[in-house]
Amino acid sequence: MISGIYYTSYEQDMALRKTPAQRIRLAILILLLLSFPFFASRYYLTLANQVGIAVIGAIGLNILVGYTGQISLGQGAFMAVGAYTAGILTAHYGVPWWASIPVAALFTALVGTFFGLPSLRLKGLYLAIATLAAQVIILWIVTHWKAVTGGVEALVVPTPKLFGVKMNTDFNFYWVIWGIAVLITIITVNLFRTHYGRAFVAIRDQDIAASVMGIDLFRYKLLAFAISSFVVGLAGALLAHYRTIVNWERFTMDVSVTYLAMIIIGGLGSVTGSYLGAAFMTLLPALITNLGRAMKASFPAIEGLIPFIQLAIFGLVIIIFLIFEPEGLNKIWKDIKDYFRLWPFSY
Amino acid sequence: MELFLQLTLTGLTNGAILALAALGFVLIYKASDVINFAQGEFLLIGAYLIYAMVVQFGLHWTLGMVITLLIAVLLGVLIERLILRPMIGEPLISVIMVTIGLSSLLRAVVSTIWGNLPQAFPSFIPTQAVQILGAKVGADRLWAIGIAMLMLLVFNLFFSKSKEGIAMRAVADDQTAALSMGISVSHIFAWAWALAAVSAAIAGALVANIVGVGPELSNFGLRVFPVVILGGLDSIPGAIIGGIIIGLLEAYTGGYIGQGLNQVLPFIILILILMIRPYGLFGKEIIERV
Repeated sequence: MISGIYYTSYEQDMALRKTPAQRIRLAILILLLLSFPFFASRYYLTLANQVGIAVIGAIGLNILVGYTGQISLGQGAFMAVGAYTAGILTAHYGVPWWASIPVAALFTALVGTFFGLPSLRLKGLYLAIATLAAQVIILWIVTHWKAVTGGVEALVVPTPKLFGVKMNTDFNFYWVIWGIAVLITIITVNLFRTHYGRAFVAIRDQDIAASVMGIDLFRYKLLAFAISSFVVGLAGALLAHYRTIVNWERFTMDVSVTYLAMIIIGGLGSVTGSYLGAAFMTLLPALITNLGRAMKASFPAIEGLIPFIQLAIFGLVIIIFLIFEPEGLNKIWKDIKDYFRLWPFSY
Repeated sequence: MELFLQLTLTGLTNGAILALAALGFVLIYKASDVINFAQGEFLLIGAYLIYAMVVQFGLHWTLGMVITLLIAVLLGVLIERLILRPMIGEPLISVIMVTIGLSSLLRAVVSTIWGNLPQAFPSFIPTQAVQILGAKVGADRLWAIGIAMLMLLVFNLFFSKSKEGIAMRAVADDQTAALSMGISVSHIFAWAWALAAVSAAIAGALVANIVGVGPELSNFGLRVFPVVILGGLDSIPGAIIGGIIIGLLEAYTGGYIGQGLNQVLPFIILILILMIRPYGLFGKEIIERV
């Protein structure tokens, strides 16, 4: 009978996976990820790819909002920067698709750092409003700079190919998306074991104290914006090559809000939370659509209402989580684990 | 000259409506430190309610307006009680997100009831063109300016003369002190939300009369941000003057420069103001600085 997790050595305390149960769960998860594309139908593969891109974007946003405490309402615009940079490089300059992805992410990091500059002077609410303005301004540039972005018309990106194989099929791109997602996960989990990550968390918890302890706020806040935007840009660039079409409507304010909802419902400042939130917010609309279609026979009127029902449930889920479980799905997951670990003496 | 006058009047109309929407926003922020991302949806609901009363139920517009305002009060109080009260003491991001969630929910409810297509609105205010100094202007726009100004005056009187208004200012100033003077703070929060819903509903009715009703009216929710930052987040005169300045600037850039620049200019101004003078023109100079 265990009553908790106790460490007897420093190595145990520093390990990423501390208990056998954690290692077994990770192994199962990896096995699932590796075998999924071989038995899943095309519909579920598409969903899995969408979840993968959302996971990358959510981790990126969580680095900034959840770990560093800088609220950003500009996620959609930063994804647009990544997607359009990747799309334009490949479509107009003939850069290979795999090379355009890191370049786009780097460029997004640059733009993100620029729009992070107000964070040196503003915090909290005022920073949130500044990033809101960034969202409007960037999207305006995207829709009005016709010569480069194609304006309101969609930008068509050539089909990505590797050794002559078409890559943007669901099966092939699954490996690209989830490969990058796993890589980003490993990097992020480890980032918060380095002094950079610790500095981010210190800034979130109490910026004045952090500054007194010798953390250069100027440097670390900009660094947080850069790293976060890099990851977000990555998600945008992947989206461009996966869809082979870049349309400004995919990067509106609603997208920023959806990603914020993902990390809040998943759990702020947690990589597991980013996974749970991204999966939840991507699968929920799909589930509602399917349910709506299934009920079409008995309620013919429901099909036209599906978008509204999705919007209403989106709003309701946010409100209910914030009121009843502000720490999100990650907390629920922890509670479930604790319950079974300590059963039958859970108190 | 004629174009200038035309643009000025258009700008003043939009500015007055923006000021009304921003007023509610400032009220809530002043009383309870909450940023209301659902202000645009309040406006949307106000517009659709008056549409329902006048067009669908065939009521006279004065009666329709009274019922609309009553529903707005009820809605404001309900939202404060059910959604905002549990958020007291929660971190800023939770409060921001809960109003964003609320805005999605309200937009969905409106679209479910009234559909997603813009509807024409039979004007209840005369619309024939009027000549002013050689410029032709719809009378409804003049009415809108007049009604908005009247409402702003009423709100100003409310805050300087009525007991509730003074109590609201006291709560905004110092909650603990107000509480010890026997003012019910939770009561005041409910007042703030009710008044915000009312001022947004009036703004919504005015917009509906000029351009008709449609889901895109909720865009006003974003457009109030430059207004309140320019005027100062906690200043009622700031909301009014900020609204008029932004309204005029939008009209002039739209008329003289075009290219859709009028949509983005307010947000560029917003960033500039935040960098130079974050408390805006009239806001209190206490500000969170890094």
